[in-house]
Amino acid sequence: MSTNSDADKTLELYETSSLFLEIWDRLKRNKRAILGLFLVIFLILVALFANVIAPYDPVQIALKDSLKEPNLAHLMGTDVLGRDIFSRIIYGARASLIVGVVATSISLVIGVIIGAFSGYYGGWLDSLMMRITDIFSAFPFFLLAIAIMTFLGPSLLNIFFALGIVGWTNYARLIRGQVILVKESKYIEAARSIGAKDRRIILRHILPNALAPVIVYTALNIGGVILAEAGLSFLGLGVRPPAPSWGSMLAEGKDFIFNASWLVVWPGVAIFLTVLGYNLLGEGLRNALDPRLNLRRIK
Amino acid sequence: MIRFIIRRIFQLIPVLLGISMLTFGMMSLVPGDPVALMLGQHISHQTMDSVRQELGLDLPFLNRYLNYLWNALHGDFGRSYIQHQEVSQMLLDKIPVTFRLAVAASAIAITFGVLIGVLSAVRQYSFWDTFTTFFTLIGLSLPTFWLGMVLQLVFGVIFRILPISGSGGEGFHLQYYILPGFALGFASMAMYAGLTRSSMLEVLGEDYIRTARAKGLSKQVVVFKHGMKNALIPVSTHAGMDFASLMGGTILIETIFSLPGIGYMLFNAISRRDYPVVQGVTLFLALVFVVVNLLVDISYAFLNPQIRYD
Repeated sequence: MSTNSDADKTLELYETSSLFLEIWDRLKRNKRAILGLFLVIFLILVALFANVIAPYDPVQIALKDSLKEPNLAHLMGTDVLGRDIFSRIIYGARASLIVGVVATSISLVIGVIIGAFSGYYGGWLDSLMMRITDIFSAFPFFLLAIAIMTFLGPSLLNIFFALGIVGWTNYARLIRGQVILVKESKYIEAARSIGAKDRRIILRHILPNALAPVIVYTALNIGGVILAEAGLSFLGLGVRPPAPSWGSMLAEGKDFIFNASWLVVWPGVAIFLTVLGYNLLGEGLRNALDPRLNLRRIK
Repeated sequence: MIRFIIRRIFQLIPVLLGISMLTFGMMSLVPGDPVALMLGQHISHQTMDSVRQELGLDLPFLNRYLNYLWNALHGDFGRSYIQHQEVSQMLLDKIPVTFRLAVAASAIAITFGVLIGVLSAVRQYSFWDTFTTFFTLIGLSLPTFWLGMVLQLVFGVIFRILPISGSGGEGFHLQYYILPGFALGFASMAMYAGLTRSSMLEVLGEDYIRTARAKGLSKQVVVFKHGMKNALIPVSTHAGMDFASLMGGTILIETIFSLPGIGYMLFNAISRRDYPVVQGVTLFLALVFVVVNLLVDISYAFLNPQIRYD
């Protein structure tokens, strides 16, 4: 018996690793996906080692250095309070990354739970859950986040909540669709016939097989959430000053755009490259996980 | 068809109730007493109590919600704390500006997006095609409000050819909507380009296109008459929803360009903590979103009889 289960485990490991290797193989042949991956890893490293890389304290005010053009001492210039833009950009990566990852995780967890139950059990539960999803989807994404943030007040914790709560509907629909597709397959029937419980079937058999589009959507969603966080901070509803955030840096620079354009250029470039990285990676993953797309392209 | 429309409208009722419940519930997220926020801290308890009674805030939650729903159904979206004006009246005053901006953004996005998409599909794997693919990615990654600022800098300050702020007073002045329209529509333009490209590539591979070519028709006729006509169906069905999203996404662009529309009104309300206005605008824009969605669905059903009988 134990030999059998060991053999199963080995087979499982072998299959998993070969699947991942295959996906990685396809991913690394896609130059754009590699550029995306590079940008994302670069952002993570910058955020992790911000205190080592940044030459100045990002919140240190030095009025004598106010609005200095980019120079050797301040690579991206300084803002109206004399703070080093380069250091603020580097620390701003932290806010963007944390919000992107945490808010997306909240959406993912809510979406997976609702989508899996809805798709697996169907019936009235499905109808109820899908009506709730419809209600949340009836609001434009950014507008609902703005409304929630206005009522809750600006803080990092509230951003997690607001962006997490507005983003789960797409996950729920995606998972529900996948679950409905997978639950009719033979291996689920087999699992059920040997007496596997619903929880085990959902967690061990259905979700892992419904995961591919979720991974793709997650990469794309993190980019969208980072854009939304920048927008919220720009409106004064995001990360509280003086903590650096790319969106609030743009808001602070907006009044100086005509005589100190560097205040606006660099935070914008940072947001753009980050979101581009996630979009490239998401697109690359989509192609790697769905080889049929590539085949169609070759045809 | 009429049965389909009636069924679709009935399906909307729970969604509309949910939307109103969510927007109503937002008020309870506010930390502290809304009456104190409205009147300031230095008001006697008696005055506060009488205002609370007047606004019906002393009633139980369900009664308050039903009042809110009843008022909203009669076009009463509450009253601004700051301007002491009806929110619905404020909305009516601002709608034309936001509507014009969304139309300008849609027009720019569809015209250029479709053109770029068609050209890239016709010249697949050329430099132009690679450019389009990158353009699509860039469009979806650029923060629109940052693009707005860059456009202000380039066209308003360096070249001085277009106005960068305001709507030019009463009436419609096209030049005030070009830069904000472009900035707002840029991401949609990229989306249309990508959508048109893939849809066009699919259509160009169809048998009837080969037949048209075999008949000896010119390339232009094949591409524009036979190809584009069919390739644009998925694009056109997307246009309605995109327009509603643009209406809901105007806040950042209207704020940067100081365009006095619904988005700018929302921005001012946020900075002054004018909660009824935020609540009213959110409810209104969600309603616009739902109604446009309904119209899109009805037009699908009108164009494609299969949907009606599902």
